[in-house]
Amino acid sequence: MSDVTLKIDGADVTVPEGTLVIRAAEEAGIEIPRFCDHPLLAPVGACRQCLVDIPDAGNGRGFPKPQASCTIPVAEGMVVETQNSTAVKAQHGIMEFLLVNHPLDCPVCDKGGECPLQNQAMSHGQGETRFEGTKRTFPKPINLSPNVLLDRERCIVCQRCTRFAAEIPGDPGIALIQRGAQQQIGIAEDKPFSSYFSGNVIQICPVGALTSDDYRFRARPFDLVSTPGVAEHDACGAAIRIDHRRGKVMRRLAGNDPEVNEEWISDKDRFAFRYAVRDRLTSPMVREDGELRPASWLEAVAVAAAGLAAAGSVGVLPGGRLTLEDAKAYASFARDTLRTPHIDFRARPLSAEETDFLRSRVAGTSVTYADLDAADHVVLVGLEPEDEAGTLFLRLRKANRKGLRITALSAYASEGSRKLGAEVVLTAPGAEKDALSQVNGVTEASVILVGERLATSPGAYSAAADLADRTGARLAWVPRRAGDRGAVEADLLPGEGGLDADGIVRSGLDALVVAGVDPDDTADPAAFLAALDQAGFVVSLEQRVTAVTERADVVLPVATASEKAGTFVTWEGRRRPFEKVFDKPAAYSDAEVLAHITAEFSPLDAESAEVADETVESSPTTTDSAATTTDSAGLRLATWRLMLDNGTLQRGDKALAATARPAFVRIPAALHEKVGDVVTIAGDRGSWTLPALPAELADNTVWVPTNSFGRGVWADLASPGSTVTIEGAEQ
Amino acid sequence: MSLAPETFDELREIAARYPQARSGLLPMLHLVQSVEGRVTPEGIQACADVLGLTPAEVSGVATFYTMYKRHPVGKHHVGVCTNTLCAVMGGDEIFACLREKLEVGNDETTADGSITLEHIECNAACDYAPVVMVNWEFFDNQTPESALQLVEDLREGREVVASRGARITSWREAERVLAGFEDGLVDEGPASGEASQAGLRLAKDNDWKAPEA
Amino acid sequence: MTDTLTPVLTANWADERAWTLSAYAATGGYEALDIALGMAPEDVQTAVKDSGLRGRGGAGFPTGVKWGFLPPADPENPKPRYLVVNADESEPGTCKDIPLMMASPHTLVEGVIISSYAIRAERAFIYVRGEVLHVIRRLQAAVREAYEAGHLGTNIHGSGYDLELVVHAGAGAYICGEETALLDSLEGRRGQPRLRPPFPAVAGLYASPTVINNAESIASVPAIVKNGASWFAGMGTEKSAGVGIFSLSGHVKKPGQYEAPLGITLRKLIELAGGVREGHELKFWTPGGSSTPLFTQEHLDVPLDFEGVAAAGSMLGTRALQIFDDSVCVVRAVLRWTEFYKHESCGKCTPCREGTWWLVQVLERLEKGDGKPEDLDLLLDQCDNILGRSFCALGDGATSPITSSIKYFRDEYLAHLEQGGCPFDPAASTAWAESK
Repeated sequence: MSDVTLKIDGADVTVPEGTLVIRAAEEAGIEIPRFCDHPLLAPVGACRQCLVDIPDAGNGRGFPKPQASCTIPVAEGMVVETQNSTAVKAQHGIMEFLLVNHPLDCPVCDKGGECPLQNQAMSHGQGETRFEGTKRTFPKPINLSPNVLLDRERCIVCQRCTRFAAEIPGDPGIALIQRGAQQQIGIAEDKPFSSYFSGNVIQICPVGALTSDDYRFRARPFDLVSTPGVAEHDACGAAIRIDHRRGKVMRRLAGNDPEVNEEWISDKDRFAFRYAVRDRLTSPMVREDGELRPASWLEAVAVAAAGLAAAGSVGVLPGGRLTLEDAKAYASFARDTLRTPHIDFRARPLSAEETDFLRSRVAGTSVTYADLDAADHVVLVGLEPEDEAGTLFLRLRKANRKGLRITALSAYASEGSRKLGAEVVLTAPGAEKDALSQVNGVTEASVILVGERLATSPGAYSAAADLADRTGARLAWVPRRAGDRGAVEADLLPGEGGLDADGIVRSGLDALVVAGVDPDDTADPAAFLAALDQAGFVVSLEQRVTAVTERADVVLPVATASEKAGTFVTWEGRRRPFEKVFDKPAAYSDAEVLAHITAEFSPLDAESAEVADETVESSPTTTDSAATTTDSAGLRLATWRLMLDNGTLQRGDKALAATARPAFVRIPAALHEKVGDVVTIAGDRGSWTLPALPAELADNTVWVPTNSFGRGVWADLASPGSTVTIEGAEQ
Repeated sequence: MSLAPETFDELREIAARYPQARSGLLPMLHLVQSVEGRVTPEGIQACADVLGLTPAEVSGVATFYTMYKRHPVGKHHVGVCTNTLCAVMGGDEIFACLREKLEVGNDETTADGSITLEHIECNAACDYAPVVMVNWEFFDNQTPESALQLVEDLREGREVVASRGARITSWREAERVLAGFEDGLVDEGPASGEASQAGLRLAKDNDWKAPEA
Repeated sequence: MTDTLTPVLTANWADERAWTLSAYAATGGYEALDIALGMAPEDVQTAVKDSGLRGRGGAGFPTGVKWGFLPPADPENPKPRYLVVNADESEPGTCKDIPLMMASPHTLVEGVIISSYAIRAERAFIYVRGEVLHVIRRLQAAVREAYEAGHLGTNIHGSGYDLELVVHAGAGAYICGEETALLDSLEGRRGQPRLRPPFPAVAGLYASPTVINNAESIASVPAIVKNGASWFAGMGTEKSAGVGIFSLSGHVKKPGQYEAPLGITLRKLIELAGGVREGHELKFWTPGGSSTPLFTQEHLDVPLDFEGVAAAGSMLGTRALQIFDDSVCVVRAVLRWTEFYKHESCGKCTPCREGTWWLVQVLERLEKGDGKPEDLDLLLDQCDNILGRSFCALGDGATSPITSSIKYFRDEYLAHLEQGGCPFDPAASTAWAESK
């Protein structure tokens, strides 16, 4: 594409052909006022605020009337005046119209102080209105969703929100309704706006029309301090901005990072931050006479060091939420301090095949978001981006809208797959290996994205690697948690002769160091809890009271993401460093706590490590959980986590929780006809009676959200890879 | 209450007339009105289901067009043109008379459910001003007296015939025709009214013609 | 000087059961179709171009030239082409397409088939406003009859040409007369205008090449094909060729449809219509609907063609001649039109949506005598801020009655202020005023 040179306000500007005048002006440092324009949304030309005078369209003839610079592409030799009397009169005229029906309630409006309408009315308005009539009023406000509120009289119907909803996540649950002066943003009766990305509409609203239940009337922008951050809820590394006041987070906003999340974040990234202040552990604790009691840091660290030093064998389960710095600290703590090879960050079903895959195909590799844009074909397997990797979902959807082919090997044809325009190859859990061998159209320009769920599907990781090797396609692993990839980079995986997490749980080691692991997330929650009970000594590094801290001998509180600086490594392998938001004196990162323990640690001698090794040899080194049970009479159980569910880090935000999609069991249509809308699903660990919906599923398969009911699937329903039965439960 | 399966069949039939199903939405909403007496949330959901849209998108369409009603419409819809020309020619007075007689405001329905009264915009019959529409049939050259008689006849259930159109059926039956289902009344009424033929008659009387080819 | 009537489109409107295929065929209906099918499509296009036919929906763009904007067929990426007939006739004062389609729907249907053939469209749609039940019945039946007779469907008249035609009823929105809003509406969306480019010829209905023509334009095509381009071009004026339907309404003795060559004057038309109401004088009139600036007595001799009306400061529009005599208050008339534009503004763009809301309030004030003389300048400045700043022509149209009425009747506005209200008796302007 060639370049075009035009003159804007007398200055020559050279931009690529096809650039809009408003963008070209930005290049030249000229700010044209605007509302509906948004660089990531298709131009609409609705608000008309960006009118400019174009005395020469590049052909020697001018436009007789001012033109909307957000919809006019540049032309060679074009002359644009953004500040001459014609342009200024036009801009003033539009601003005056916009304010005719605006309530001018800036002093009580959340947007006051950061409001494009307020700011541009000052910079591009007349100061006085000539309007003396009756303003349009609406009863205020209305809920578009439990989380997003609309004050209609403030709205200038620029359509940024509706365009976002339709274009970016593909959730057109809000729409323009009515017409003319009564036109407004609305929802269908009793159908709240449902989108995992709904909060973005609040952020891009150029007036105070859209507010969150969460932040409404809580603060003024000029009272807030902003700190850039990185979202901690998934492995996507979305840039966020944390706005806080007096040591408390007031809200989180999307940061602008064109290489990663552009200007969008998920609602979880935006709204789920209260976990950091709820139920926090405030002081170290040590167990005395069977009871935990508060202790000083000095005492607790000393007890931990002594207990670990005394243990014959130690397992380390540091979880998947660590920063890279913390992950490296665990690696070094296990290797150099404890001298144990028994370390594994995985707090979920896993396999030995995965261990090899992570070491050989993931660590040190890089595939970027931009690579997805450039790909000819993206194959998803064991991964549901909309639920498990929000930023990735939006980037894939954007690429698909520009023509990217996407194939999803999935147990059911989800809404998320539809929004991605993906061709769904229905693949029962366990059948991924065969399905991967039959995928067509994969070339060296393709990308294969695999999710961590493949650990429960024997041979799947290897098949994905084979496919990549065979075709030259690139391969990336997309885990769920912010610390997972960093943990791989830090090699928080079983060392030479070491046990993986399942092995650690089953092997009766003398001591355990556990951090940020919820037993219910693991392949066998009951076994995990039993292991804690049986271990002679348990050290827990945690943020809050959990089933682990309740069973620990020493509990050491650690900092949340906002209380420490660090680096998350995204699924791409991209380093995402972030600053500390709050400087709390008593908030220590895991690395700092480990350093304190190390400092107190007096290794008895090398024998203990040898003992540990012996213990290992007598224990099974791996478990292949997927191969455990296959009841041919049962249905195969597919499961993944909905983005909004019972997850620990979502606790405390009622409005966010209320936007969670209703959870259902998805069952084949034929089965649904037989058993009805309420079913009892039973597995080897228990049963649930739940609402069911028919869905397009792989043969002989049902789908259940992993963590939307009870204590979750692994604790309450079934073991990974097992089968379940379904019966009608309607009265 | 969900719509009847036959209605779903007809909604799908409408959608199938078009290369892209969504084009059927306007006639589908007309059909919803003929079945439900207004655009109901169930009707919106039905259209959304058939077309793969969100109810919000369908609502956006349903609230844009003035012929779609969110409140129950009476057996007959009486529209009085009060755009400038008809208003000046007496439409305003007619509308005022009907309001008083029917004891309703604009876009309201009489207590007996027989008539919904609305002032409407120019209905492309200016040469017959002032114009009243009943279920979107033309009643030309109205006066307050003729309009009062008209609504009385409608309320009494007497047979009423449009000036240029058919026997009046009901608003719902009219909506069904707008949905694309013929009602067999096409051959009622004249080809055109007197005003439509004004120039033609003059030309005939004076033997004026377009030149021969 | 044009001073006689020339019924072409209106010629059969008084025929017995004129709407039926048999009546239409009895007067030579569908003969033009055979002529056209015997020609190459390009030659039909050329004939329409050479006829000088200009769009009858208001803008007056040459129909044949518009057809020529369709991109050449791309064998690599064949996209279907569509013909869409704009029969949304809603411009206040405009009332020609509706009687045409009621009396002789087959004229339009034949025009659709020939025009679709000329542009190689495989599907056509007649988008007719929904508020005209009997017209829709007549169109539906005509299309059904045309299918039954083999004028529509596959292999029309053995030519190998296929065409599907759907009659599509709108649902009440003036804006859908704007061609891109009409396309959105036909796609089942809110009828809001689209950004241009891309123009419909390139990416119209379903993003495919699309021609949108007014019903009268398309209905004119059979006569052009049958009688030849030069026959049509020989009528009217050099740049405004042919005949058109002039719709007289309001305060004339015989309102109605008068089909005449373009270029006829209102003086002549009023004379044909029996003159203005007894005892009254012409006060103001619209040459082409409410969106065209008002004219007065001084414009009686303006030739009613595109150039003549434009030179006099208005637009020929749809030849919707609304005649108001001296019993009518121009402020009341303008207020009512402005209320119409406010009601019909689609809401998409700021100046039209908010501007019409505001204009109504200022005009209401003036009409009640509560305003100030400065309000007139305020109105003109508001109009200046709307005209050419809106997304589409609806906003422009809203300003026409206001600016033109202030231009010609400033004193009448001021009289409202001086008298503290409207000096006119609304009863005096009614159709029955004299009989009482």
